[in-house]
Amino acid sequence: MTNTGPDLECRDLIKDFDTFRAVDHVSFDVPQGSFFSILGPSGCGKTTLLRMIAGFQTPSAGDLLIKGHSMIGVPPNKRPVSMVFQHLALFPTMNIGDNVGFGLRQRGISKSEIKTRVEKVLDRVGLPNVAERRVDQLSGGQKQRVAIARCMVLEPDVLLLDEPLGALDLKLREHMKVELKALQSAFNTTFVYITHDQSEALVMSDNIAVMNHGRFEQIGTPHDVYHAPDTAFVAGFVGDANKISARVVATDERTLTLKADGGSDIRVAVGRDQLPTGQKVQVFLRPEAIELLPNGADTDGASNVSPGIVENVLFNGANSMVTVKGADGVSWKAALPQTGDFASLQKGDAVRTRWQPTQARCYPVAEG
Amino acid sequence: MVSDTSRLGLYLLLAPILLWLTVLIILPHVGLFFVSISEKIGPREYETGFANYAAFFTEPLYWRTFARTAIMSVLATALTLILGFPIAYYIAKLTRGRTKTTLFLMCMIPFWVSELVRTFGWMILLRETGVFSNVLQYLGLVSGPVEMLYNDAAIMVGLVYTSILFMVVPLVTTLDSLDDSLIEAGYDLGGTSTSIMREIVIPHAMPGIVSGCIVVFMLSLGNYLTPILLGGKDSLWFTGMIYTQFITRFNWELGSAFGFLLLALSSLVVFLGLKLSGQSLSETMGRS
Repeated sequence: MTNTGPDLECRDLIKDFDTFRAVDHVSFDVPQGSFFSILGPSGCGKTTLLRMIAGFQTPSAGDLLIKGHSMIGVPPNKRPVSMVFQHLALFPTMNIGDNVGFGLRQRGISKSEIKTRVEKVLDRVGLPNVAERRVDQLSGGQKQRVAIARCMVLEPDVLLLDEPLGALDLKLREHMKVELKALQSAFNTTFVYITHDQSEALVMSDNIAVMNHGRFEQIGTPHDVYHAPDTAFVAGFVGDANKISARVVATDERTLTLKADGGSDIRVAVGRDQLPTGQKVQVFLRPEAIELLPNGADTDGASNVSPGIVENVLFNGANSMVTVKGADGVSWKAALPQTGDFASLQKGDAVRTRWQPTQARCYPVAEG
Repeated sequence: MVSDTSRLGLYLLLAPILLWLTVLIILPHVGLFFVSISEKIGPREYETGFANYAAFFTEPLYWRTFARTAIMSVLATALTLILGFPIAYYIAKLTRGRTKTTLFLMCMIPFWVSELVRTFGWMILLRETGVFSNVLQYLGLVSGPVEMLYNDAAIMVGLVYTSILFMVVPLVTTLDSLDDSLIEAGYDLGGTSTSIMREIVIPHAMPGIVSGCIVVFMLSLGNYLTPILLGGKDSLWFTGMIYTQFITRFNWELGSAFGFLLLALSSLVVFLGLKLSGQSLSETMGRS
């Protein structure tokens, strides 16, 4: 690993449209050879950010550096970045070989050289002998790989990907996630990937930036973003979570005691923020952090245990869920382990739920 | 299995177009063909033969006019394409919403007026006592009145002006269907404006270009009014010659032969154009 600084660096990047700010003071850097995802809901400004990196939009303020060189004022056809478009944008009037060779032709490379390089890159993405085919003769996944090959043949410093998996069906999408990650490590190129699909970001990325309203809420590894979200938005957006509004009623060294809006008492571990008594908070709890206990099992005193009635069983294979209505009338989503213990669980059964105070995340809410 | 009632429905729906084709296109042409192959040997005496066609090839005025009409029409088509493409590109790709509709409408507005009136408009501009001549004199650029009518350039201006809409409309339609991300992808992969135009935009617009060219070529070749009014008596347009044979000379036989030769010419040029551009007629007409 050479230590030449990050491949891509954004410093205080801002993009203003007429009346609103699409990208707001965004700063980050992406080290060479890593897979960086920008995850956010639609309209959060992630596409604008990507288009600024590609050069299709000019930042209102801030700087953007690729391999240490500022890209401000450099047109898209002169930047060492390539982009895989949302709908791939393969040229339908050309065959696959001409599509992949397009960028090389623009550089004035000789025909025979282009031919060998196109064949080599198609080979690397696992599509040998398709150069003569037309674009519409390929399947969705193959087109995907051709689009990547068309960019990679130019050996860009950074490859930008604009939700390229969005148009694929679920099965193929799952497959392409693994494949994209494998291609990225095979080419050892820096990938910047934008998506609204958290599972794509979590599976493939080395680092994820979660974006909302033009700002980065958190940058971190998939593990950090999932297990230690910095903000309430990240906790709610990444992964599934039970959201509970509550108010702090007592604090000690390690534990906060809260009164949920439904009326029950819950205990959560003290987080980063100092939360005074009386503070309104929002608690996020992952469904898989909630344990189901058969009625009558022993419990320890430290965790939150409450009785409830099974409201619904949502069977979805390994991701099966159950909603449990507590005594205070609030429903909780809990993961349903497929180990067989709860195979006979049915609507209307009485169960108890248990979760550790350390599993929940607690964020202050402004009183409004 | 098609039921009898739906088959009847199909025939009823087809009836108008079949009637139109048979009564107005096929029957008159069959009639004209028989007229064209009858030689007049005396009053009300005819013999079957190809003398009328032979007359065309032996009389240089006829086939020179024929060739001149063809070449001028091809030239007018090329000029219309060169002028129409940037207009269509601007409307389809560089404008949005209201501006786009307005510009498109502005291209069409002149066509709400009859071709005759529009051609007279050009005569008012170009004639010796016309607007251009007066402006040039007023500016002191010329000492006396200038006649700009009755030459080939005036015919060309008129032909391009009459047919440009028929080039712009199919071009706007095909260029509209070109995904902007393809152009962006071209730039992203290092393409320049010229190479993107050549490798992405024009291949995509090819069906529109070809169908526009076919229509404009046909309109120019069969145009009668514009060459006669703007070109004067020296215009030597083949349609004018057909008119003369039928109306002035009462020589329907030769006129019919000319008509068929014109039909053969336009079919040939369209065929060659499609072959050269590698397009098929059904694809071209189907897409625009």
